[in-house]
Order: sequence, then C-alpha cells, then structure tokens
Amino acid sequence: MSTIYLRRRITNWLAMGLSMLATLIGLAFLAWILWETLRQGISALNLKLFTRITANGADGGLANAMVGSLIINFIGIAIATPIGVLAGTWLAEYANRTKLGETIRFLNDILLSAPSIVMGLFVYTIIVLPSTALTHGSTSFSGFAGGVALALIALPVIVRTTDEMLRLVPSTLREAALSLGVPQWKLTLQILIRAARSGIITGVLLALARISGETAPLLFTAFGNNYMAINPIDKMSSLPQIIYQYANDPGDDLHAMAWAGAFVVTMFVLLLSLASRLVLSRSKVSHD
Amino acid sequence: MTDSALATNPAQVAAASAVAPKLTVRDLHFYYNGFHALKGINMDIPEKKVTAIIGPSGCGKSTLLRIFNRIYAIYPKLEAKGEIVLDGENILDPRYSMNRLRGKVGMVFQKPVPFPMTIFENVAYGIRHHEKLSKADMTGRVEQALRSAALWDEVKDKLKQNALGLSGGQQQRLCIARAIALKPEVLLLDEPTSALDPIATGRIEQLVEELKNEFTIVIVTHNMQQAARCSDLTAFMYMGELIEFDGTEKIFTKPGKKQTEDYITGRFG
Repeated sequence: MSTIYLRRRITNWLAMGLSMLATLIGLAFLAWILWETLRQGISALNLKLFTRITANGADGGLANAMVGSLIINFIGIAIATPIGVLAGTWLAEYANRTKLGETIRFLNDILLSAPSIVMGLFVYTIIVLPSTALTHGSTSFSGFAGGVALALIALPVIVRTTDEMLRLVPSTLREAALSLGVPQWKLTLQILIRAARSGIITGVLLALARISGETAPLLFTAFGNNYMAINPIDKMSSLPQIIYQYANDPGDDLHAMAWAGAFVVTMFVLLLSLASRLVLSRSKVSHD
Repeated sequence: MTDSALATNPAQVAAASAVAPKLTVRDLHFYYNGFHALKGINMDIPEKKVTAIIGPSGCGKSTLLRIFNRIYAIYPKLEAKGEIVLDGENILDPRYSMNRLRGKVGMVFQKPVPFPMTIFENVAYGIRHHEKLSKADMTGRVEQALRSAALWDEVKDKLKQNALGLSGGQQQRLCIARAIALKPEVLLLDEPTSALDPIATGRIEQLVEELKNEFTIVIVTHNMQQAARCSDLTAFMYMGELIEFDGTEKIFTKPGKKQTEDYITGRFG
C-alpha cells in the first residue's frame, strides 16, 4: 500500500472518528436530560398528575397546567400559521429579490431572535393593560394574551420556513406552469404551496415545539391559575410556568412534580419533532 | 422532407411548402440587465416544420426561444425590442394577452418538471385553465394528449398515481403531453433531451417527427446530431447573432458561412 493512500485512510478515519465523537456528545446530553427529568420526576409521574389540579398542591396534579398549555399553544399557532404562511408566500413569490422583500426578510430575522420576554412585555402593554382598563379589572391577564405572545414567537419561524421552502422549489416549475398561461396566483396556490407543503407543515410543527417550552412570555400575559380554566379570557396556567413556580418552591414534593411536568413537555416536543420528520419523509416519492 | 432539404434559404422553404411563415422575427434585440444578448435577429419560421437552433453555449439560442412565449418576462430587468409576428400579430406588443399567447405557444423545458399531482391532473391542469370541459370530454382530451406524446400505453393503468414516480424520460413525455393538451400552434422545445439517456432521447426525437404534422416546432439543442436527425431547418447562432439559417441538409453538408462550418465540424464550440 502506498504511503499517500495510507495517509488518506488515516485522515478519513480521524475525521470520521471526530464527527462520531461530536455526535455522541450531543446525543449523550439529550439522553442525560431525558434520564434526569425522568429520574427526578418519576415519583410524581402517576395518574394524579394528569387528573388533579395545582390548587391541591403537593397532593394535586398538573391537569390545569396541561389544559392551559394546550389552549394557549393552540391560540398561538392558530394566529401565527395563516399570517406566517401568507407572509412567507409573499416574500418568496411576490417580493423575492426586491428591496422591500429583503428589508422585511431582515426584519423578520430580527423578530426571530428577539428575546421572548420582550414579546411578553409587549403583549402585556397592548392587551393586558388595555383590557384591565376597559373591564375595570375583571379581565386582565388571560390565556388569550398568552396565546398572542406565543404567536409573536411562532410567527417569524413560520414566515422563515415558508419563505425558504418555497424558494427551494425550482424556478423551472414556475416557468412550466406560467408557460401554460396559468396566472401567478393559481401557480402559487395550486402548485407551489403543494410542492412545498410538507416543508411548510414541518415549519408549523417546529414553531409549535418552540413555543411549548416558552415560560417568560407567559408570566406577564397568561399569568397562571391554580384552578382549571377553559375560557381564554381567564387567567390560565401552563406547564412551563408551573415548572418555574414549583422549582422555586422549597418543598421536595413540588420539585418532583416540576420534574414530571418537565418530562411531559420534553416528550411532547420530542413527539412533535418526530411527527415533523414523518411528514417530511412521507412526502418523498421514490423514483424506482 | 425533400422540399426543405433542397431549398437554399428559408424564404424558398416557405415558398416550396406553400405556407406563409408561422413566426416572423424582425430586428429582434434582447438585453439582460443592459447586456446586449441578441443583436438584430431576423428569421421566418415556417408552419408545421421542425426548426432547430444550434450554437455554442451563451450564443443566445435559449434566450431567443424564451422570447417566443415571453416567458422571459417573469424576471425583472430583461427587455426585448423588435417584432415577433405570429399569425399577423406582434406578440411583443404589451397589449397581446399573455394568456392567449401561452395558449398558442407551448413550451417544454430542459429538465422534466412534472407538477406535484397525479399524472392525469398534470395534463388536465392546463386544459382546465383555458377551457370548461365535461368530465368525459376532459378524460378524452387527456387520453388524446398522452397518446400523442407516446406515453398512454405506459401510464393508462396508473393515471391516479403521482407523476413524480415516473422515470425521467416518461416525465419529459408527460411535459410534452401537458403542453400539447392545450392544442397550441407552436411548440417550443428547450434542449428537451439534455437530461435524458439515449433511449429516452430516441423516443423524444421520434415523437418530434410525429408531432410536426400538427405543430410548428422550434427546438433548441446542444446536440448537432439531434438537429441533423430531426429538423427540417437549422439556424446557427453565435454571440447573439443569427449567422446562418437554411435547410438542415444544406447547413450540415455545405454551409454558406465559414463560422457555421467551423462549428459543425467541431473546430470551436
């Protein structure tokens, strides 16, 4: 074997070894996080966690926080998805390569990296304070306000993924449709969105995963509620907010419940990510 | 086609086949962001013949083709000046309806680009935009288009399957079916076989031969053998100019210009 060939094999072996090591380190932390949340929370992971509310304290569960999280996340995604998909479509199909489009894309990237507590404070001033003033204090913090804060976090994620997924659609597909005489709006709605569909859905699922772990924007908006709240104009509890609250409590029982809540949130996000992978892989058609 | 093979210039070709030119290009100039890409092109493209455009990369042959259906207009900063007359009307006139133009002039691209829908819907999609047909009429039209594109026998049992599952050659014939389903008068082919294997290429060339009975075909190709095999007339372009346009046999046996001869004998390009 010549030396140059041997050297290449060694370089290859080294590069592969280092990449595998890096992957293992990343995965090890993920496994460790899952293991630690499970280990610390296992004592509280029982039926009570899903059926009883936080008003019962150490003898209760997180049912109201789980329902609250579902409602607030749903409101957030329901607001952010239509706006985000439309804005992303406009950026990719109508404003691509224009100054205005570039500017808005840049502003969207700033929104994407804005600290989430700022969103909470913003919604506090535009929704919570006015509704307190209007209703003389009977409605102030609300699940709806929390949903709006989360929508502001999900929105730039959805705009960005929609924009990118549409721009990945080859321009030849646009030319082919336009050369049949089809107008731009039909092309966009019937062909491009369809071609980018799985990517757009993945973006929405990832945005949902992103907002389900948010705590800071909910502190000044949904506030929290020790009782079951279904109506979005009421104060509402959420899993991240309860985890924050219970982790600050001196009681060990509440700590275990906070860990159990953390485990539930982590599993939810994990399942969402798996679902988005599934959506992506299903859309690939084999060429055999 | 003996008439075109014997003719010495396009005017004679048109006269010999006793038809007025389908497309007449008059003093056409084209600018890419200020770059002068086509410099005063004049040519008469006869009806129901295959006209091939050859020339080295960057000579402007695809640019010329893309003006015939004004598909260039979807990109900013591109400008065409001059006239292209189709059936007596200047298609570069902004008042000429894009919808009408693209119904009359169909196009097939270099890479097969099926739409992300079923095989049937791929063909029906364009028809539906231009005409309201009953379900039975639509089924008939789609079948007819697929038959004309020599694809029917291969797909008749899987019309409801996603078109992305077809092979590259089948996808390209589907794109041809999609274009001819609109019953255009002119069919533009932009290097339609450059992404295909030799067998699929042979089928497309055979198809071009059959389609010229119905359509006026303009084909841009990198492959000189392809131009020689399947066209009646050949135009040679170089650096944005039309150097020579004549019967295909004449161009490939006794070209009138030195540049044409150098190109077809492989001395440059």
